[in-house]
Amino acid sequence: MKTAVFFTIGILFGIILYMSEVSSWFRIYEMFQFNSFHMYGVIGTAVFFGYIIVFIIKKIKMNSILDSTPIHIPTKQKGWKRYLFGGIIFGCGWAISGACPGPMFSLLGAGFFPIIIVIASATLGTFCYGLIQQKLPH
Amino acid sequence: MIQFLSQPWPWCFGGFMIAVVLFLLLWTGKSFGMSSNLRTLCSMMGAGKKVSFFDFDWKAQRWNLIVALGVILGSFIASNYVVSTKSMALSQNTVDQLLAMGIQDAGKSYAPEILFSNSAFSNPYILLLLVIGGFLVGFGARYSGGCTSGHAISGLSNLQLPSLIAIIGFFVGGLMVNHFVLPLLLKILVI
Repeated sequence: MKTAVFFTIGILFGIILYMSEVSSWFRIYEMFQFNSFHMYGVIGTAVFFGYIIVFIIKKIKMNSILDSTPIHIPTKQKGWKRYLFGGIIFGCGWAISGACPGPMFSLLGAGFFPIIIVIASATLGTFCYGLIQQKLPH
Repeated sequence: MIQFLSQPWPWCFGGFMIAVVLFLLLWTGKSFGMSSNLRTLCSMMGAGKKVSFFDFDWKAQRWNLIVALGVILGSFIASNYVVSTKSMALSQNTVDQLLAMGIQDAGKSYAPEILFSNSAFSNPYILLLLVIGGFLVGFGARYSGGCTSGHAISGLSNLQLPSLIAIIGFFVGGLMVNHFVLPLLLKILVI
């Protein structure tokens, strides 16, 4: 049952990513060139409604539909180094591959098979972060 | 309605629907973040035996892998059975710039053929580009603790300052590479 719920949410997200062109390398290129409002519009609208959703969930102390426990919305640890440095590294890769982790899976489904290389090396990148995590400023 | 849905979605509808996904995941007691799946994949493959960062109960994250599998199927459905056009309404500037750099299918296909068609597998230089791009995304996402979904959508919706810092980082890195490095990389590619 739970598996079916999450699978369905995933299918919906996959359709959204593809249809709103967020998975397109071209759209990411265009975003960094400030040539079009499209990507800013998508992310901005998502954050606008996301903010309202999070606000309401907290306000009415909504419970989870699956196990009726209060919904917990995680907060991020304080600090700035890991966010800035990690973010810059992420951005460099994003501009080359044109795909962040969600769209990677989306492109695979859409049949752009070289993305498998990107997914594999992103997994390797994650592994390497785990290896040297303690030596990095956080 | 079907006519509307089978065209590339306008940004306002796409953005709204992403917020719906955020809501569904929060409502089911989970959170919205795709890059955690890469960490889970590492654990699944046994990385936890050697590196403590991956030593956690990955089965508790199974739901998110299932979401990722759904994304694969969802995009398969969208690209094969929903979308009615291959063209993309990119700005003329984008099309012209990419054309000048040797990428000829901007606006005509979903992803550049030169990078994402099967011929890329037999070009070592393109494979290297894909490896570097992917590696940086994976490393950076975990270092910064999230990606576009975890920081830009989930984090900003919850007014998290760290997420704003991460997004500033995404753009510092992205703008640098997009403006100064990518043109060089593409130039080598076309030669």
